[in-house]
Amino acid sequence: MADSLSFPETPAARPRESRELLVRAEGIGVRRDGRWLVRNVDFEIRRGEIVTLIGPNGSGKTTTAKTVLGIYACDAGQVRRADGLRIGYVPQRLAIDWSLPLDVRRLMTLTGRFPAPAIEAALAEVGIAHLADAPVQRLSGGEFQRAMLARAIIRKPDLLVLDEPLQGVDFTGEIALYQLIGTIRDRLDCGILLISHDLHIVMAATDHVVCLNGHVCCHGTPQSVAESEEYRALFGSRGAAALAVYRHHHDHAHLPGGRVVPAGSTAEAIDATAGGEACCGHDHGHDHDHGHEPHHGHRHD
Amino acid sequence: MTTGTNRTTGTAMIDEFLLRAFLAGIGVAVVAGPLGCFVVWRRMAYFGDTIAHSALLGVALALLLDWHVMVGVFAVSAAIALALLVLRRVSVLPGDALLGILSHSALAIGLVAVAFLTTVRIDLVGYLFGDILSVGWGDVAMVWIGGAAVLAVLALVWHPLFAATVSEELAAAEGLAPARSRTVFVLLLAAVIAIAMKIVGILLVTSLLIIPAATARRFASGPEVMALIAAGLGALAVASGLAGSLAFDTPSGPSVVVAALALFVASLALGGRTVSAPGSQS
Repeated sequence: MADSLSFPETPAARPRESRELLVRAEGIGVRRDGRWLVRNVDFEIRRGEIVTLIGPNGSGKTTTAKTVLGIYACDAGQVRRADGLRIGYVPQRLAIDWSLPLDVRRLMTLTGRFPAPAIEAALAEVGIAHLADAPVQRLSGGEFQRAMLARAIIRKPDLLVLDEPLQGVDFTGEIALYQLIGTIRDRLDCGILLISHDLHIVMAATDHVVCLNGHVCCHGTPQSVAESEEYRALFGSRGAAALAVYRHHHDHAHLPGGRVVPAGSTAEAIDATAGGEACCGHDHGHDHDHGHEPHHGHRHD
Repeated sequence: MTTGTNRTTGTAMIDEFLLRAFLAGIGVAVVAGPLGCFVVWRRMAYFGDTIAHSALLGVALALLLDWHVMVGVFAVSAAIALALLVLRRVSVLPGDALLGILSHSALAIGLVAVAFLTTVRIDLVGYLFGDILSVGWGDVAMVWIGGAAVLAVLALVWHPLFAATVSEELAAAEGLAPARSRTVFVLLLAAVIAIAMKIVGILLVTSLLIIPAATARRFASGPEVMALIAAGLGALAVASGLAGSLAFDTPSGPSVVVAALALFVASLALGGRTVSAPGSQS
């Protein structure tokens, strides 16, 4: 299923174990207000591979990524990073206040200094060279994500962490951004930790999937995860079967009773309180009339 | 405010008063402008107010221990600022409620503490609203030495501090220690409050931080440019405010603030770079 989508395949010539280990999470857990947000999470990221964290809202994807990044301290376990590991980070939903006079060019040098030609090259690589002098507040969702990506890759990171990089990106932009991420992986030969609850194309581009739900509920190649019992239990068998077929915009959430509510904080809160194994009961058999173009639904048969 | 009695002693004396006032005022404004940009960007106006209000306690401490007033004010303001950073993390109260409690109680405790010092007569109004014309050469030296030190440290931490202002988590992930930048920043804020208190007074100190920075935003294309413009506008506000204070015999501190506000209003009328955008809060 996954191989039918047109994304660069893993440089499969190199077996996984021979690649340089960048980060290893060893039984990490993060606790807030007496509750474990994530617990017993193990995975590793090696040079040149894309590791994708998937899971329902509130499953601890962002918490796990922030722990790997060192933003959060571990309350259990530990994160081992390679010596001198250089990190590029594209956070989720960064809102930049209007009081900040910040254009794209200045954004590029936020955490390091780079010569002007390097900045131009990085912006050209993500396709927004013409926006170098634009205030960041004026960028569209897709343009902003590209600017954030350019900012991260100009550092030539060993590890690139992308937290839901498709926020505010339209459908055609999504395909292009994923292709771009694959290209960046190949050119920089960096490890990529990608977070998404948009499972389908991610799964196609990725080497290794870690499916979270407060703990690692399953992991492996996209194929093996999609076929695993745990994954089907979490996302529903029909959802799993429809995996490579449907491009599904998560602009809504499903309440246990079958009611559909718009996505956003309310929906996330509902998802979070629904909790447990049933918290992402997406029924992909229902009418897909919300928000995505009808013609892209079937990319192959 | 206090010039009336001195006017008869000759023009040389008046000139020297004026010179000291302008030197001290402009020194403070040039430091307050860039730092004020961070106060605006980080939404710390109320935080600045709170540590400014604690300055009177610093005055009392300085008088009690026979320190220079600026040293006492810096010590107390810095202690309150650091305590606030810790309290914000551990308190269950919303940030602004916490600041509201501390801001006014710090001022009240300061007023009570000063009242206890019956052996010393202090010019309370001067501390609250500024008394730039009573500035001595020693004060001018403190302003310029202290101000230079603040600007030097700010230049050193500028890059990580700005990165942390845009996103603390981004700065943390990419190894820029945002917590350290934040601590250095509030200490610089305490230092500016200590050196600015005599110019505009405890109650008006934050205006010198915020108004020039807010005015500069309309003309700035980048953060560094905004800091420079804010410093220039602050100096202009001090110069014109003092001139106005002499011309109309109005209190010096409030006159400086009125001048800063006039520049802000003029910048709105002038236009410049448009700050507002669809969906923006500003």
